Amino acid sequence: MTTQMFGAPIRRKEDPRLVSGGGRYLDDLGHDALAAAFVRSPHAHARIVEIDAADAVDVEGVVGIYVHEDLPGRVGEPLPLLIPHPTLTHGRTGHALARDEVNHVGEAVVMVVATDRYVAEDACQRIRVTYEQLPPVVGIEAARDGVRLVHDDVPGNVAAHMLQEVGDVDAALAASPHTLTLELDIERSACTPMEGRGVYARWDDERGELRLWSSTQTSTGVRAAVAAKLDLPLAKVECIAPDVGGGFGVKIVHPWPEEVLVPWAARLLGQPVKFTEDRREHFVSAAHERGQLQTVTIGFDDDGRLLALDVKLWHDNGAYTPYGIIVPIITSTQLLGPYKPGAYRCEFWSLYTNTVLVTPYRGAGRPQGCFAMERAMDAIADELALDRTEVRSRNFILPSEMPYDHGLLFQDGRPLKYDSGDFPASLAKIKALVGWDDFAAYRATAEAEGRRVGLGIGCYVEGTGVGPYEGGHIQIETSGRVNVSTGLTSQGQGHETVFAQIVADELGVRLEDVHVTTGDSRKMAYAVGTFASRAAVMSGSAIALAARKVRTKALRIAADALEVSPQDLEIVEGTVRVKGAPATSMSLGTVSVLSNPLRYAFDEAAQAATQFAGTFDPDKPPVADDDEPGLEGRDFYSPTQATFANGMHAAIVETDPVTAEIRILRYCVVHDCGTMINPMIVEGQVHGGVAQGVGGALYERMAYDESGQLLNASFMDFLVPYASEVPTIETDHLETPSPLNPLGIKGAGEAGCIPVSAVIASAIEDAEGFPITRMPISPNDLWELRRRHAAGEIPSLHRATRTAPKETTA
Amino acid sequence: MTDVETLHDVTVTVNGVRRTAAVPARRLLSDFLRHDLRLTGTHVGCEHGVCGACTVLVDGAPMRSCLMFAVSAQQHEITTVEGLGSSTDARVAPTGESLSPVQQAFAECHGLQCGFCTPGFLTTVTAYLEENPTPTNEEAREAISGNLCRCTGYQNIVKSVLRAAEITAERRGEAAASGGGEPA
Repeated sequence: MTTQMFGAPIRRKEDPRLVSGGGRYLDDLGHDALAAAFVRSPHAHARIVEIDAADAVDVEGVVGIYVHEDLPGRVGEPLPLLIPHPTLTHGRTGHALARDEVNHVGEAVVMVVATDRYVAEDACQRIRVTYEQLPPVVGIEAARDGVRLVHDDVPGNVAAHMLQEVGDVDAALAASPHTLTLELDIERSACTPMEGRGVYARWDDERGELRLWSSTQTSTGVRAAVAAKLDLPLAKVECIAPDVGGGFGVKIVHPWPEEVLVPWAARLLGQPVKFTEDRREHFVSAAHERGQLQTVTIGFDDDGRLLALDVKLWHDNGAYTPYGIIVPIITSTQLLGPYKPGAYRCEFWSLYTNTVLVTPYRGAGRPQGCFAMERAMDAIADELALDRTEVRSRNFILPSEMPYDHGLLFQDGRPLKYDSGDFPASLAKIKALVGWDDFAAYRATAEAEGRRVGLGIGCYVEGTGVGPYEGGHIQIETSGRVNVSTGLTSQGQGHETVFAQIVADELGVRLEDVHVTTGDSRKMAYAVGTFASRAAVMSGSAIALAARKVRTKALRIAADALEVSPQDLEIVEGTVRVKGAPATSMSLGTVSVLSNPLRYAFDEAAQAATQFAGTFDPDKPPVADDDEPGLEGRDFYSPTQATFANGMHAAIVETDPVTAEIRILRYCVVHDCGTMINPMIVEGQVHGGVAQGVGGALYERMAYDESGQLLNASFMDFLVPYASEVPTIETDHLETPSPLNPLGIKGAGEAGCIPVSAVIASAIEDAEGFPITRMPISPNDLWELRRRHAAGEIPSLHRATRTAPKETTA
Repeated sequence: MTDVETLHDVTVTVNGVRRTAAVPARRLLSDFLRHDLRLTGTHVGCEHGVCGACTVLVDGAPMRSCLMFAVSAQQHEITTVEGLGSSTDARVAPTGESLSPVQQAFAECHGLQCGFCTPGFLTTVTAYLEENPTPTNEEAREAISGNLCRCTGYQNIVKSVLRAAEITAERRGEAAASGGGEPA
């Protein structure tokens, strides 16, 4: 056997190209394309009275100006509601260009196409839109009270109302020796990938074909959506995701208005057209996530075991629901984490507001759910004077109880059933890593120095690798080059490398001979997309299955040529050879020649193959009835359910007694995503997730004013953490293989960010001695909380009054 | 019709090559490099000077090319990510690309994921290591704290800076040894 690739921290195949300026992102393509720019609504809620473009048409270089009434047929119809749900009784979507009414600042109203972006923006500035302003609905409280409506025909602003209950929660609460209710609040944040959205389209008039490139997380989804909107046969539309500069969820939404309008304009004008989103547009015209209000009522016994969990969520879905209600459904199910909740009821209302729409952002509802559950765990511990890890431990689902069925439906409409995980082992690891049992001594030392420190913990379970399917296709050329394709897209996860690692091991070929293509509908037309931490699980498994097919075929052909049994053969570094007699061998390239009876290309490999004439039988066709020419194989992976990864984080924070500045001194992660394909890449995913979690816990928020203006729509004001804000991240791994897929893997993409707000809240609470119920938290917020605590408006934690009382300086 | 914009001839030396193009006065240097010269390795992440993705070296000093007009680069020497591999201490990777020590270090340390912000980090770190060839961990972190990355959480970028310093020292040592006559 050659060096094992699967499981090794292999350097990425992508990187030499990307570090030398060889990346090709959306705006690096189409230098000859016309540029699209948009007039966007300056109001959160308004009726469009008149659009006057007279001054713009004369701008030198303007090619076209379009408003809603210019859009024919399906182009002008509402955008699709991608994921309907029976409880989404009042789903609403916008139009590619606003028709009559705008529902958030940033909604596209007019499209200008011009020779370049500068000219297109000049024209946009000369277009005057007259609006009649309507009262805006901003914030969850305003949406919930229902006095003002976002959509006239949606009573109470309720897009969806959903209830899931397991057991009798009312009876269990009534019978609980202890009950507590927590009121919690999580603010909005957003993906903000470094590259915004973008789309570029070329229309081939002679062939009646459209080719488009989109900075998307689903090229097959965009392709189908655009074909439907433009009334084109699917066969006449191809979509390619080039290098994508980060996604984190926002680029799974499709079709964006621009993804419909740019191809439409390219066909109409007979010229290539491109749209590249700028940073302000990304803030006000893409999507946000996270915003929820939560009421959590828990019943528990004297040992801290949950008997009942009753959760109510009010979820801000923004102005429209093109992506359905995936986010609150995930919150309501993944909230349970590694615990047995006793009787469980979760009721949520998904509410419209006059703000940017809300669609999944890395974690996709889980950070909010984790926040609710972990705040509850800390509250139980505090109420009963128990160690916080002990309470968690007593509520864990045990390895002996796996697979564990919660009796709920998950985001994919399938049972919420954990496949594997060892939560006590994970807890032991995180306690050891952070030094949980030694913290009291550390705190005593710090307090003696006048410093205030706290320790926090957070645990989560993440359903990853949801279906329905992905495919893998592998073809070996006569040179021995192995071409691998899968349809889902890449945004920096290292797919070229990890998929090549899988193929190298499955086939017995060198890593450098494997070439992976993702997100190109010309290579693999059947695909779902990159979201839900599903790429490694879904495409990785499909590619492994395809590789096994190719291997079987290669061995069959080689066995025939070498006149041995396939069982006696092995493949090592691209050569098929007889076990124990390696001199009897042929390269996979030669096998590829033999797999195809047509050999016009008489290259070296073909020449080498002539010695293996095989047996000629005039009664058989050159390609057998049950065979195909070529050394290739295709397979699909479609699981019965998601596979559940898990992790536990702990942090030590220091809060300045005077300025309320919050500093993370240590951040520790224990992560279990099953068998790891490439630990270096898994760790990178964890790092990135934690950094986004830190942003969401301490810095990032969407500052909407009461009129629905986003006040911090720039990187000057929306504080994405720099290196100076992200702590050193200490990691440890546990590998509990998934029994569900051929490789034993679970997803890792989103994990890092899920528990961070919960962990930081837990640690700040521990430092300060009063409950933290609202995240993110800034020094200003903490200072205000201290003031209110000192004034008696916020109670102390029990443990704060049981131990030495803390000094409050505010 | 509005007036046609006045064009200005801009001549700059980019990655050692004299380049001339006629551009409007308002043309950003970032757009000039990307769209007029088609050097698309320089990326634009915010267009307000915060993210650092568009950082290039102007006469060796890191500059945000989105905050500079092409006309103000007249007669200056610019290095973009495409030019880093031409440095004397670059080496050809097995895949064929010529990589400077900083580029090599980022590839070795998994210092990038999507790669969009990376050119800005590479140029920034290249200039930084000229000033401070032996940074500490803390100094390395400080050196990159003006550039945003949304993928990596910066952990491996800090490692990359330290590794780049090592590789630079190694390669300069090799060069000195091979250029220094008889080995001792």
